[in-house]
Amino acid sequence: MMITTTTTLTESAEPSAPPPTPTPMQGPARRRRLGHPGEPYAFIAPTAVLMLVLMIVPIVLVIGYSFMDNVITKKNPEFVGIENFVEVLTDGVFATALGNTLFFTIVSVVAHLLLGLGFSMLLNSPLVSRASRAVFRVIYILPWLFTAAVIAVLWRMLLNPNGVVNYLLSSDVEWLSSPSLALGAVTFINIWAGYPFFMISLLAGLQGIPADLYEAATVDGANGWQRFRNVTLPQLRPIIISMTLLDLIWTSQQFALIWMTTGGGPIHVTEMLSTFTYKLAFSRYEFALASTSAVIILLLSMVLAFFYVRHQRARD
Amino acid sequence: MSKEAHDRRRTLRVLGTSVAAVALFATAGCSASSDSGSGDGDVVLEFAQWWEPELPDGAFRELMDEFEAENPGITVELLSGPYASTKEQLFAGAAAGTMSDVVGLDGAWVSDFANQGAIADLTELMGESDYDDSELASQIQVDGATYMIPVVNFVYPMFTNDDLLAQAGVAAAPTNRTEFTAAANAVAGLGEDTSGWILPLSLEAPNGIQNDVMSWVWATGGSMLDDDGQPDVTNSDVTSAVEYVKGLWDDGAIAPGAFTMKEQDKVEEFTNGRVGMMIDSLAHINLIRESNPDLNFSISALPADDGFDGERGIPYASWGIGVADSSEHKAEAFKLVEFLMSEKTNSKLSSIANAFPGNTESVPDFVAEDELFATAFEIYQNGYPANEFTGLPVAEQLMRLFDEQFQVLLDGGQSVDEMLEKTQEAWLAEF
Repeated sequence: MMITTTTTLTESAEPSAPPPTPTPMQGPARRRRLGHPGEPYAFIAPTAVLMLVLMIVPIVLVIGYSFMDNVITKKNPEFVGIENFVEVLTDGVFATALGNTLFFTIVSVVAHLLLGLGFSMLLNSPLVSRASRAVFRVIYILPWLFTAAVIAVLWRMLLNPNGVVNYLLSSDVEWLSSPSLALGAVTFINIWAGYPFFMISLLAGLQGIPADLYEAATVDGANGWQRFRNVTLPQLRPIIISMTLLDLIWTSQQFALIWMTTGGGPIHVTEMLSTFTYKLAFSRYEFALASTSAVIILLLSMVLAFFYVRHQRARD
Repeated sequence: MSKEAHDRRRTLRVLGTSVAAVALFATAGCSASSDSGSGDGDVVLEFAQWWEPELPDGAFRELMDEFEAENPGITVELLSGPYASTKEQLFAGAAAGTMSDVVGLDGAWVSDFANQGAIADLTELMGESDYDDSELASQIQVDGATYMIPVVNFVYPMFTNDDLLAQAGVAAAPTNRTEFTAAANAVAGLGEDTSGWILPLSLEAPNGIQNDVMSWVWATGGSMLDDDGQPDVTNSDVTSAVEYVKGLWDDGAIAPGAFTMKEQDKVEEFTNGRVGMMIDSLAHINLIRESNPDLNFSISALPADDGFDGERGIPYASWGIGVADSSEHKAEAFKLVEFLMSEKTNSKLSSIANAFPGNTESVPDFVAEDELFATAFEIYQNGYPANEFTGLPVAEQLMRLFDEQFQVLLDGGQSVDEMLEKTQEAWLAEF
């Protein structure tokens, strides 16, 4: 593909040159420039092999495991059809985990979007000087720079019954240990950790909106809200859709933060599909059931991935 | 050479180089197989464990150097990592048949590895080596065969913050449940964020069930298993202990945040002087002293049920050792096991680990040098090491299942009997 493109550019770079005279030598000469027909395959071979080894093979293996009675811990696992799927789907904890994951994901993504949009508009405001903008940009992006382990430790300390938050509020709330508050608390932590990604992407989008559009809207008598609704939002729409779909996929798979803050508890109030799957594999050593749960998550993620790819195609 | 042949060779070269590069890249991260013989006929033993990072720098390597000096022709390659990484590495190795020759084991993994055929029958290896096992303090067996030998043991006595207890008018560490309840309530009554007792129940690491809940059962000579080794959590011993802990919870004597609290949080709260009493590993004595040199604390045996005068079970955790069934050097691997379990080496290792020896003849140095350790050693010798989770299938999952039901109980969602019946049912399903 690259060579073909180069050829086209070379041809178009000399529009006034006479077209080459067709001769019997044109075919081999063209082949010489393009190299051997097998050469493109050699170029994509490393990527293809990597994809095969690191993606296709593990996915196929996991799908295969989900139809066996138990793998890895059993020397001769047997095919059991959809038995594992029935067991996982009828497990009450799985239903709880699915509900929690939906709540956690939807609330997180909506909050990421609103906070990201809000902060990006503040940073993009002409009222803010360039120096202040740079300083605030660093401050706002900080949560995104921390790894999940650091975020978990930080918030566990802040939300400890004897921690800073309770000290400031003069309260003794068990933020992460109370069954009625834990899911909200981990969702809040995830919102705090993830909004900068939206903010940076939307800020880049805002900076790319031509000033003419706002000027034209102002001339037409549009007020601030109307300019936001009819100029800013439509211009940001492609970014918002892409980011929302990606964030839905990522957040629904969040594991480290949940595991290191609550471990899926108290009871099962913060159990997510990811922690449910992890426990099946590394606590019960039921690798076939864990594979089944992973396949179900894969299918759910593929629905989101389908919409993402379709949106990207429509953009292209 | 024709043009076509030249092109073909060039393509093959490019393809070959690409595939070789990718294959090299893809396999670079994979660990070496357990076949570890070197070219000159010497045997290289891989030893995967989490012990080295927990010991003073270079101390464990020194022991291995001693072993190598005593056994020319055998070299030990230490594969060290944190506990959790070692666990995952061993499970991956067991599945792939590439487990290291010698492995550090937790009692909770033994049943699964043994049933999987990943670790070797040590009874057989002992027989082949004419090894006298009379000095071993304990052996972890599955179906009558030994699969793990505890190298050193970390016992879990009761720690008391003596200043807090004195402030609350408690003159001596409690010895029975009634005294413990009174002391815990008195300390909790001091206010200022102080609590009588601390109980970590995190579902991420549910070992609080073993160390902080079941310890009450074992301290009174009770059991959570029946005579056949099957779950029996509805018996009177467990019921009484669970009712007792629930009572402390209802009294408000337990530190807040229990449902997501982990062992390290427990130690931190005690070290900061906010908790009157905790059940914890002896291994944390130095950590507590370093973190808060002013903390005035002591250790004592776990309180037993009122009127109990039998031998008390004291919870413990072990650094166990085993040999991979896939090892091609089992005889050499067992020599390393023998070396670590010898009186001299075991004394040294238990001294640097601040743990109690797995060899009954060994005596660690710290027992003579440190009053707290001397007390602990006395408690250890007066009771018996008790940890019924060791050797059970999916031991961690059993703790987690108990923990889940226990949290529902403490949250007021069910009665003690309902909790124990549900736990019994869940445990039976795992056996």
